[in-house]
Amino acid sequence: MATTFILNGKSQTVDVSPDMPLLWVLRDTLNMTGTKFGCGMALCGACTVHINGEATRSCITTVSSVAGKKVTTIEGLSADGTHPVQQAWIAEDVPQCGYCQSGQIMSAVALLSKKPHPTDADIDDFMSGNICRCGTYQRIRKAIHRASAPATKAKSA
Amino acid sequence: MTTAPVLNRREFLKTGAAGGAALVIAFHVPGSAYAAAEDQEKKPANPLNAWVRITPDNRVTLVLGKSEMGQGAMTALPMILAEELYLDWKQVSVEQAPTDPKIYDHGTGGSGSVAGSWLPLRQAGAAAREMMITAAAEHWNVSRDTCKAQNGGVLHGARKQFLTYGELVEAASKLPVPDFNTVPLKNSDDFTIVGHDRKRFEAAAKSTGAAKFGIDSRTPGMEYAVIARCPVFGGKVAKFDAAKAKAVPGVRDVISIDAVGEGAFTSGGVVVLAANSWAAIQGRKALNITWDEGPNADESSESLRKHFVENAAKPGKIVRNDGDADAALGAASKKIEVVYELPFAPHACMEPMNCTVHIRPDGAEAWVPTQAPQWAQEVIAKVSGLPLEKVNVHTTLMGGGFGRRYQADFVMEAAQVAKATGKPVQVLWTREDDMQHDFYRPASYHKMQGAVDAQGKVAAWKHFQSSTSIAAVWDKNGKEKPEASEFATAAFIPYETPNFRVEYALAHSGVPRAWWRSVEHSSSGFVVETFVDELAAAAGADPLKFRLQLIGDARKIPDFTNPKENKPLDTTRLKGVLQLAAEKAQWGKPLPKGVARGIAGYFSFESYTAAVAEVSVEKGQVQIHRIVYAVDCGRPVNPAGVVAQVESAAVYALSAMMKDAITIERGRVKQANFNDYDMPRMKEMPKIEVHVVMSKEDPTGIGEPGLPVVAPAIGNAVFAATGKRLRRLPIKPEDLA
Repeated sequence: MATTFILNGKSQTVDVSPDMPLLWVLRDTLNMTGTKFGCGMALCGACTVHINGEATRSCITTVSSVAGKKVTTIEGLSADGTHPVQQAWIAEDVPQCGYCQSGQIMSAVALLSKKPHPTDADIDDFMSGNICRCGTYQRIRKAIHRASAPATKAKSA
Repeated sequence: MTTAPVLNRREFLKTGAAGGAALVIAFHVPGSAYAAAEDQEKKPANPLNAWVRITPDNRVTLVLGKSEMGQGAMTALPMILAEELYLDWKQVSVEQAPTDPKIYDHGTGGSGSVAGSWLPLRQAGAAAREMMITAAAEHWNVSRDTCKAQNGGVLHGARKQFLTYGELVEAASKLPVPDFNTVPLKNSDDFTIVGHDRKRFEAAAKSTGAAKFGIDSRTPGMEYAVIARCPVFGGKVAKFDAAKAKAVPGVRDVISIDAVGEGAFTSGGVVVLAANSWAAIQGRKALNITWDEGPNADESSESLRKHFVENAAKPGKIVRNDGDADAALGAASKKIEVVYELPFAPHACMEPMNCTVHIRPDGAEAWVPTQAPQWAQEVIAKVSGLPLEKVNVHTTLMGGGFGRRYQADFVMEAAQVAKATGKPVQVLWTREDDMQHDFYRPASYHKMQGAVDAQGKVAAWKHFQSSTSIAAVWDKNGKEKPEASEFATAAFIPYETPNFRVEYALAHSGVPRAWWRSVEHSSSGFVVETFVDELAAAAGADPLKFRLQLIGDARKIPDFTNPKENKPLDTTRLKGVLQLAAEKAQWGKPLPKGVARGIAGYFSFESYTAAVAEVSVEKGQVQIHRIVYAVDCGRPVNPAGVVAQVESAAVYALSAMMKDAITIERGRVKQANFNDYDMPRMKEMPKIEVHVVMSKEDPTGIGEPGLPVVAPAIGNAVFAATGKRLRRLPIKPEDLA
């Protein structure tokens, strides 16, 4: 069955079972492997994408439920890693194994769209749905603060 | 033409490939078809192909012979090569080595990558540099002494001529390779790359979704497969009905694979092959399987504990016996006897296990997130019947390793499926598969008895351990000593005592066990550093002063567990990190009400780590405010990378002590996903500070040494805050009531 949605700004139609989770449509049908599989139960955040700008766990989101909606994946944040949050991640040397980081970044971007200057408590609350086994949490927090600072006041690394 | 001497396995080991390499050798199963490829003698390799690839237009690619699993090998190892080659770091690219165990010591583990690669890579880089200088001197027809390497090329001082490596590489590659043992190495005073912070080489790729992990492998015609395995360890399929599974849209086939009992041992099972991961997962749900649960269906955490307690009631096998601990304990007026218990722990890599294999009659190709590409290659060669040279294993990036990816079970399964179908196949594991078919950190039980004398010294230290030994898993013939994998530094504690006795009793278990980040140090660190703290309390002494006093004079304590490795514990360096951590944590200075400090210091993987934890406890909940570390891992190649690894090890340690445990019920793991084994979350994180000793000793490991000091430092802090001792992990509120 055909489902059409807007993927990273372009119309995308897929012919798959309507209850197929968006995560697997992205990874297997469309070969967009930036969005990761971690648990399949919306407990780890590795699969986080944006649906109409809202952070959403794609592993439990059926493709039929995104018909007509705007889907943004990690690949859609920028053509070349220049999104301010991606730049902050690189400047703070956040990733270790890197597997959780697509989901972390997508959650962070969504947080900043709601709270451009989050406190540590805001960050902890919003980001605690994303697990990192390599323990990069304190760097993620630092990178979010860095990305939220106005350009003229950006702290040095 | 002279050739470089063979860099054989013993050379690599001698240069410090720490405990992990020793463990791998110890677990070589004699006569096994899956014998470690580490046993192969290395053949001489031209460094200008094996390690450094330079194009005529001067693009430099450094080759990475180890796996990158987040620990930073992809940055630190090229830094070593770049240093000896006088490269401009900005021009450097890094590429994963092809799997060729005759050239590369691929196995990545035991915190041994930097330590084991330090000298060989310096030699390889220096050899390549000398070949470039010779080529330049010959080109200019000048003496070599008037040429020097600089900025990715060779400079001829007198006439200020400069040739890039790109201009020289064709001629240089044809020159004899210098003797690695005598090639001049760069003076460490001149280091401009090693010892200076470098950002991770692949950070950008990991921030854009561009970095490809094993599970992201795609090859034309690839099918996706998931495997139904008996949930009871040691069980197998009795019968199955695939009719409903085959009817699930997208499912292409259902086959079964046998269990493999040796080496890369697996449980076998029923395989669902499909057009995509989702269809495979759905298809598996529709399988109708009757299991033969096998011999371990009665095992439980309760039965195992009963076994531990029964073992502890009898003398164990003597591992070490200095003096007469029993007599000293009998005579002591102030003695303590306590029991510590640690559970099985899961690796829980963020990327579940997976492997992609294509076996054709003329060759095989695989994309494997592996810490042991040489083992993966051997397994695929064995299953396919192809010679090793025809098996092309691509080592991918991986979403965590932590020791789990040193196994080849997930490779074996994929190879079996690929052989059966002839198609390229990706076997992927769900989170439930990964949680329930791990090779866990062993469960252990420690009965400690000790006494302090009137002078505040340790009159006796007796350590009885019963555990589900790692060595016992890998040695079915009983030739390995089960205790060999279970004590490490606990059998050569730095605290002086004339009466030191260590005993062991194996507890049989059907649960698979292997190397989990820091391996036996994860339990030994907790046991030793909690027990010494309990002795300090019994002596009424400050925990830091007590440790420093008992560590005593400057001396080198031989490694009792691995004497052949000849890597002793240097008490000066251990005291150094204890004192530095205490200083940076302001040990002894006042803290806010309800907050207290605990300290732990430990020697593992030839490195020295100490941590001070600040905690408070409210209504049975421990809040960790801060962990302050001091670490001495010899010369830090990438100090920023060292800090990252210690931060990482701290959080990993927390994941095995703060919330959940792996428990066994009816021979199976009860926990399935992050709902019943939750991982530390951002809101629970302490602030972690890491102080790195800028040592000039040879580099030693740091991937794991940050871990063993965390649980005891926190437990010791909890005691200081509440008067209650943490003796079992994970922490339960009732233990703090």
